[in-house]
Amino acid sequence: MTEAYIYDAVRTPRGKGKSDGSLHEVTPVSLSAQVLEALRDRNNIDSTEVEDVAFGCVSPVGEQGAVITRAAILQAGYAETTSGIQVNRFCASGLEAANIAAAKVMVGECDLAIGGGVEHMSRVPMGSDGGAMGTDPAVAIANYFVPQGVSADLIATKYGFSRDDLDAYSVESHKRATKAWEEGRFDKSIIPVKDILGLTVLSKDETIRPDTNMQSLGALNPAFKMMGENFGFDSVANQRYPGVEKIQHVHHAGNSSGIVDGAGAVLIGNKETGERLGLKPRARIRSMASIGSEPTIMLTGPEFAARKALKRAGMDVNDIDIYELNEAFAAVVLRFMQALDIDHNDINVNGGAIAMGHPLGATGAMILGTMVDELERADKETSLVTLCIGGGMGTATIIERV
Amino acid sequence: MSYNNFKLETDADGIVTMIIDVPNQTMNVWTPDFINEFDTFIDKFNADDDMKGLVLTSGKSNAFLAGADLNMMSEHNAAGKTLTMADFEKSMTLTKALRKMETGGWTTRQIQREGKKAKPAAAAIEGLALGGGLEICLATHQRFVADNPKIKLGLPEVMVGLLPGAGGTQRTMRLMGLQAAATMCTQGKNLNPQKAKAQGLIHEVVEAGTTADAAKAWVKANIEKGVVAPWDVKGFKIPGGGGAMNPKSVQFFMVAGAMALEQTKRNYPAVEAILSCLYEGSIVPMDTALRIESKYITKLLTGATSKNMIRTLFLNKNAADKGAGRPEGIPPQDIKKVGVLGCGLMGAGIAHVTAKAGMEVISLDRNMEEAQKAIAYSQKIFDKKVSRGRMSKEDAEAFLKLITPTDDYNMLKDVDLIIEAVFERPDVKADVIKKTEAVIGKDIVFATNTSTLPIGGLAKNSSRPEQYIGMHFFSPVDKMPLLEIIPHEGTGDLALAVALDYNKKIRKTPIIVKDVRGFFTNQVFPPYINEAALMVTEGVSMALIENCAANLGLPIGPLAVSDDTTLKLGHDIIQSTKEEMGDKYVPTGAEEFIENMVTKWDRAGRRFGAGFYNYDENGKRLDLWKGMTKHYPLAETQPSPEDVSQRLLYALVAPSARTFAEGVVPNPQSADLGAIFGLGFPPYTGGPLSYIDTIGVDAYVATADMLAQRHGARFTPPQLLRDMAKKGETFYADSTPVSQKTYTKSALNRMLEVEVVKIANAMGIAASVDDLKADTVAKVLAAQAG
Repeated sequence: MTEAYIYDAVRTPRGKGKSDGSLHEVTPVSLSAQVLEALRDRNNIDSTEVEDVAFGCVSPVGEQGAVITRAAILQAGYAETTSGIQVNRFCASGLEAANIAAAKVMVGECDLAIGGGVEHMSRVPMGSDGGAMGTDPAVAIANYFVPQGVSADLIATKYGFSRDDLDAYSVESHKRATKAWEEGRFDKSIIPVKDILGLTVLSKDETIRPDTNMQSLGALNPAFKMMGENFGFDSVANQRYPGVEKIQHVHHAGNSSGIVDGAGAVLIGNKETGERLGLKPRARIRSMASIGSEPTIMLTGPEFAARKALKRAGMDVNDIDIYELNEAFAAVVLRFMQALDIDHNDINVNGGAIAMGHPLGATGAMILGTMVDELERADKETSLVTLCIGGGMGTATIIERV
Repeated sequence: MSYNNFKLETDADGIVTMIIDVPNQTMNVWTPDFINEFDTFIDKFNADDDMKGLVLTSGKSNAFLAGADLNMMSEHNAAGKTLTMADFEKSMTLTKALRKMETGGWTTRQIQREGKKAKPAAAAIEGLALGGGLEICLATHQRFVADNPKIKLGLPEVMVGLLPGAGGTQRTMRLMGLQAAATMCTQGKNLNPQKAKAQGLIHEVVEAGTTADAAKAWVKANIEKGVVAPWDVKGFKIPGGGGAMNPKSVQFFMVAGAMALEQTKRNYPAVEAILSCLYEGSIVPMDTALRIESKYITKLLTGATSKNMIRTLFLNKNAADKGAGRPEGIPPQDIKKVGVLGCGLMGAGIAHVTAKAGMEVISLDRNMEEAQKAIAYSQKIFDKKVSRGRMSKEDAEAFLKLITPTDDYNMLKDVDLIIEAVFERPDVKADVIKKTEAVIGKDIVFATNTSTLPIGGLAKNSSRPEQYIGMHFFSPVDKMPLLEIIPHEGTGDLALAVALDYNKKIRKTPIIVKDVRGFFTNQVFPPYINEAALMVTEGVSMALIENCAANLGLPIGPLAVSDDTTLKLGHDIIQSTKEEMGDKYVPTGAEEFIENMVTKWDRAGRRFGAGFYNYDENGKRLDLWKGMTKHYPLAETQPSPEDVSQRLLYALVAPSARTFAEGVVPNPQSADLGAIFGLGFPPYTGGPLSYIDTIGVDAYVATADMLAQRHGARFTPPQLLRDMAKKGETFYADSTPVSQKTYTKSALNRMLEVEVVKIANAMGIAASVDDLKADTVAKVLAAQAG
């Protein structure tokens, strides 16, 4: 099998996903086009060399609908020969898109491809596409569907994480993100977003609060209590997990991922093409894996995806230098650390979505890029990137510095 | 042409009045013959230019139309039968006939592109219209209802595991919107005419007796222009929105699904099916929606749940309520005045329901202060009702006036029935019998409310033992729907007849039970409570026990109910049983545990402030007592939820089967009704014996033997069931033999692996317990799907 190498990775800063967020006045297509342009321009490649682009997008309707990837390719001024596909693996869409690009390289379908993602959550709100999973009674009832926040609270209750545990983790996320920015750890991949006039509208992640502390988080109300207790979802989760006495609602806006806008992209190709185009390989894809897991607790998939990716790479937990798990909810990361016995120092070293936000379709590509940068900065060798996924799934990718 | 089920009258304007009068039925109901005739008529009506419009009326004074004949539904239950597309199309006859009345027989395309219209049809509703009786009205173009708040309009199909399958889900949704339609169809509650109008279900409420005229006038006014149902007009939108993309309806369905699941625990497929009808039906046009609805009701009719619910909750319950088992040849006994002895919790409750049924009550206790408690008890209940607007102040006062408290036995001299509810002590009861019999008429029946003392023993204190009988009420009397009636060996026919006639007035569901210790319910319940206690001592998580009971569909967990009835009571009963039985006492294994809870750990039950659960100072239930694990550490490997649920369920089913085999109840119906209405046994099963029929007597015997081996002889099935299994018999004649049964995935998942393997093997599938259960389940499902 051909080896797949990561040659470059870029992302936009993440803008607050509300109408007063900085990116609200920029279209999702434009965000996508800007990261594509950056990959092409800063690597000096002829876009005809990029054979295919896979972009994750979780709410592919409205202005994100109809294969937004192809629209972005055209808007970025790529050659018309570059094809585009839109990928939806919920929260791991961006990583899955990178994995698809890598797979295309590995099997020899493409020599050079891009994987990435976009989610403009302020303009196309979460859930805009409806979907059978939560709304078709035949599906929702048979599978004990609950919203993710209730799943996250179930994880915390079942595995014994208190509100303080979650809040402490979240304070640290903000601290690490603040420090990473201060030290310029994201500089290599950040592409400031420009408007149609060419003016920069956002150059830094917008939702980090350096002064976040236990007191400020302690003041927040649980976000999923009403949903769980008044609308039946606690009972639904309890029916699937009868060993749990009562679900504790411990997640809130401050220890869950933020709603933001953003896009990211990763340039992936084989060795020969990189050499021919004068590109320097930065990391090699060691293995990739996706799994399905129990859908009601929903967000425990990273453990199993990671184990599968490790097995496929012939590695074990200790062979990974740094882990990156999307901070969808604090309990998701704490459970992953507990299950795989990972030290907090070795995971999410530059903070995560609790501080910087989680643009659903883009996050996977963004954190993959973050790890490429971090391996180089910290002079480490291996990283495992993973995300929990709606409906009970997990996707993981292991990369190795070249 | 004349019809059996309705008469037709055509006036000078060409308006046809259909007077529905189904023969041999007290109320109009849909029968196969009526459906066929209606279908024939509608075709003629649509084709005949001399018929200009239609008014539907009822020829019965008590009702417009009360729904489908459930006897027919029960007989036609398709469980296990192979269904063809032709069968399905035929099952849609009524739905299609109603649709033809609504559209004039035109297609939506003809209506929308060619401007075709239906002849006007209106319903004149002077009495209740329920189920299929309301659905025919909903398929007319205009509904007029008499201004009488007692008229019930509703779709109660869900109560027997079905859905309104003649367009009911679709037309309510299109008239009232998703939320109101879902409430009406999934809860089965009725609306009165004014509420129905406010919600948009009907058009006009008019003076009683004038609906036919109003309907005729409306029809006449619409003959010229013709009519089109709102949902056949292009661009129609469901009020409040519908479909899979509308944010409002998306949110509605997400929450509705969870809230349904919270209620049903996946045990009532009809509720899920109704939501599916609404979801899918809100996406597609009417004709497709009606086909989808028909498919969902057909699916329900092929399942065990509707069959079990119709059998027990409707047919058998109605038969019992009407006095099944009443001795023949005794004229109806008119009970007007009842003497209730004892004004404690039970006596006051009995006085309350008796007064509420319109009978006079003499409430007697040893002094006036005690006797007044009967009044206070009823006053409290009535006050609550009045404050909530459920009863008028005048009615409450009138009911209260029916109860006369007294400490004077002479007040009992002209009562028609005595119900005694004094202390559960033979000497006290004997004294009361003597004093009462000295005053009352010599042919007056004397009933004792006891839950523990043998009736025959108490009857020895009576000078008229043939008039002495047991009536076991449940607490709280005004809420609990069951009454155990216990004749002792010497009870005469009159006493039984009086007991049943009295029961009919207070509208409980009676079962007639043999005079043995614990009667029926108190033989079945303690083993279940004990089983839960034993699990705790084995280290099973208390949360798991409680939640598994909830998942089974039990109204309250066994630990919570132990707290409510108090462990102290359990402890007392163990002591008295031990004393009474001496060497013959069979230990349950939970004695020491209960002893510790009551005497050592200060956790005697809710009333004492602590039990399995913690309670606040007002008695509100808080969390489970964590300290239990100090005495009984949690087992490292917890049993699977399926195993816990099964053990709890069988802890109720096993003693039900045993008491039936021992003749404690005269028939399976009584066991099923007693368990559901007395103990909260999950209604969707149809009761413990219906449950056994559903899974198959042989499967039950195999599982019970296995549980006996694992947990103790208390699960061992009686010889009667082994014999039944051998002969392939069922408790009920209409139960589907095992060989023709089909199983749902959730039913299979709930079963033990051995059962599933057995079923698979019976279907000719190679499977063993060494295979993965999930694989065997998949094979069974695949084989059934054919």
